[in-house]
Amino acid sequence: MSLIQQLINGLAQGSVYALIAVGYTMVYGIIRLINFAHADIYMMGAFIGYFAVTVFHVPFLPALLLAMIGCAILGMTIEKIAYKPLRKSPRIVLLITAMAMSLILEHGMATVVVGPNPRPFPELFKINIIHLGPVQINNVQIINLSVAIILVLILQYIVYKTKTGKAMRATSYDMEAAQLMGININNIVSITFAIGSSLAGAAGVLVGMMYPRIDPYMGMMPGLKAFIAAVLGGIGVLPGAMFGGILIGLCETFTKAYLSTKLSDAIVFSLLIIILIFKPAGLLGKPTREKV
Amino acid sequence: MDVFKEGTTKREFLKGGNVMKKKSLALFVCFVMIAAMFTGCAPKAPAASGEQAAAAPEVIKVGAVFPMTGDVATFGESSKNAVSIAVEEANAKGVLGKKIEVIFEDDSNTPANSANAIQKLISNDKVVAVIGSVSSKCSIAMGPIATQNKVPMISSTSTNPKVTTDGGEYVFRACFIDPFQGTVIAKFATETLKAKTAAVLYDVSNDYSKGLGDYFKAGFEKQGGQVLAMESYNGGDQDFNAQLTKIKPMNPEIILLADYYNTVGLIAKQARALGITATFVGGDGWDSADLYKVGGDAIDGGYFSNHYSADDTSPLVVDFRKNYEAKFGKTPDALAALAYDAAKILFAAIEKAGSTDGAKIKDAMKATDLEVVSGKVTFDQDRNPIKGAVMIKVVKDKYEFAAKVNP
Repeated sequence: MSLIQQLINGLAQGSVYALIAVGYTMVYGIIRLINFAHADIYMMGAFIGYFAVTVFHVPFLPALLLAMIGCAILGMTIEKIAYKPLRKSPRIVLLITAMAMSLILEHGMATVVVGPNPRPFPELFKINIIHLGPVQINNVQIINLSVAIILVLILQYIVYKTKTGKAMRATSYDMEAAQLMGININNIVSITFAIGSSLAGAAGVLVGMMYPRIDPYMGMMPGLKAFIAAVLGGIGVLPGAMFGGILIGLCETFTKAYLSTKLSDAIVFSLLIIILIFKPAGLLGKPTREKV
Repeated sequence: MDVFKEGTTKREFLKGGNVMKKKSLALFVCFVMIAAMFTGCAPKAPAASGEQAAAAPEVIKVGAVFPMTGDVATFGESSKNAVSIAVEEANAKGVLGKKIEVIFEDDSNTPANSANAIQKLISNDKVVAVIGSVSSKCSIAMGPIATQNKVPMISSTSTNPKVTTDGGEYVFRACFIDPFQGTVIAKFATETLKAKTAAVLYDVSNDYSKGLGDYFKAGFEKQGGQVLAMESYNGGDQDFNAQLTKIKPMNPEIILLADYYNTVGLIAKQARALGITATFVGGDGWDSADLYKVGGDAIDGGYFSNHYSADDTSPLVVDFRKNYEAKFGKTPDALAALAYDAAKILFAAIEKAGSTDGAKIKDAMKATDLEVVSGKVTFDQDRNPIKGAVMIKVVKDKYEFAAKVNP
């Protein structure tokens, strides 16, 4: 009984990690960059949602869409300004730039835009508890889970069923060859950033609803865990990121519930190390050979 | 083309050497100019203050470390406001015939920042005493530094016993301590709320939270109650569903949320969403207007222990409230009251010591016997004040006085 309840808690937590992890993995798949600013785009999403609701008084769906669009634009802008000029540079340069972007977003928000203090995210839905036998779930959890599932389905559709998706996959296999086939790499990279960032923006709004306290540094821990989720599932592999996210969420909730709260983070991180020892490419990743 | 290009780059490269030399020369000149500026200024500064000293009375510098930003920012704001009122009042009369000047530092509720802040106040600003900080974890980090440098420090609201015991003989505080607070909440829960069972949720990384949880448990069990669960979480956690799901089937009558208002609001909301109906109780960390903003209706009907009630009718409280409201447009919370008291106690001690010498102020402070906003203060051998507490009920976004509990 409480086991099923904990399972629901874990799924709700994991769906958030999954949404963020997808962005990490998509960007890595295409330009081999771990975009550390991604967690802060998630934070920006929460704030865009916050301002949409408090200033413009829009309901949930428009707020979610605004956050997604805002983050997509932000993601593309960051790519154009910070990453594109460095695409031919060594990967370490890009990585450091990504960290700098992350710091700029965090501290820019904390010192200039909103200030460092947490803000209460407005209540968009009155919480209703739904009893399903011994288990219960509330409407916000249902909304979050269903939005996450719908977004992931749309993503699957885009990546596997559309021409753009095909181009994205081609680019991730081999950027130069894709370019030779007439694919506009710049557009594909932009689209990748836009999609990944909009999912992070959506996660920001969903988290704001579930845990109504947002601040400029809220991205740090979830960002780290989503990154681990992406690596765990096999970085660069889409279903891997989702699977990894859900797994991390469940693992975290179950250690908190049955083992130890103090060690929950330590256990989640050790899980990563153990899995990487046995499967260095991640759970769903295929071993890659170094290209010559 | 290529050859030509290579030529230019070579030429540029050669030129680059000159540019570099020019640049380093420019840098050197800049450096010399800046150095000249400092050396030019340095002797001037004391001269200027010397002139001032001749005209106006010298100032007594006091440091204040509060969390002006971060997760308990309203605490810092209230404290700063209150200290500035206390300073204004003191300066109207003068302390030792001099003016008090307070230098405020922000520690953003992070112990490392608090330690840096007090170090800076003592070594750079040469303050004679320090007020602060708010959180126990921050004050614990500051205490030993104060004692090492023989600079008296008085924390306004750090309730963990370790603040003064680990801090050393120069560390004081203006508030009661967690064993007392924990006992007061336990007593109130069993006697007034008639609760027999309780659960506790606390932050393992916070001395205040952990201490309050432990002392509440001891007190509640001593009163014949039963603590069904002691659940913990990590600082900065946002999701408490795992712990709350564990507590729910135990069905405790009350749940102690031993944390600050931001986290308390989050936990309360998630607990109600899981269908937990227990009454929430807590400590002075709840005391903020933001509690209701985050927690909403979930926190309605909760109780917390506090240092003073703004509804008190003693003339000191009425005066303080009037001044504070006139100046800042809101009712002072307990953080404000205690910061005001801390400043008052310190200024009275400086006056009594007749000197700004750290050791003398410390001795004068030990012998404090002063009526302040939060009651009559005398210090015990661990430099903790001996005074009563109040229980306050949360009614929507208003706080109502519920009971007074004496030691």
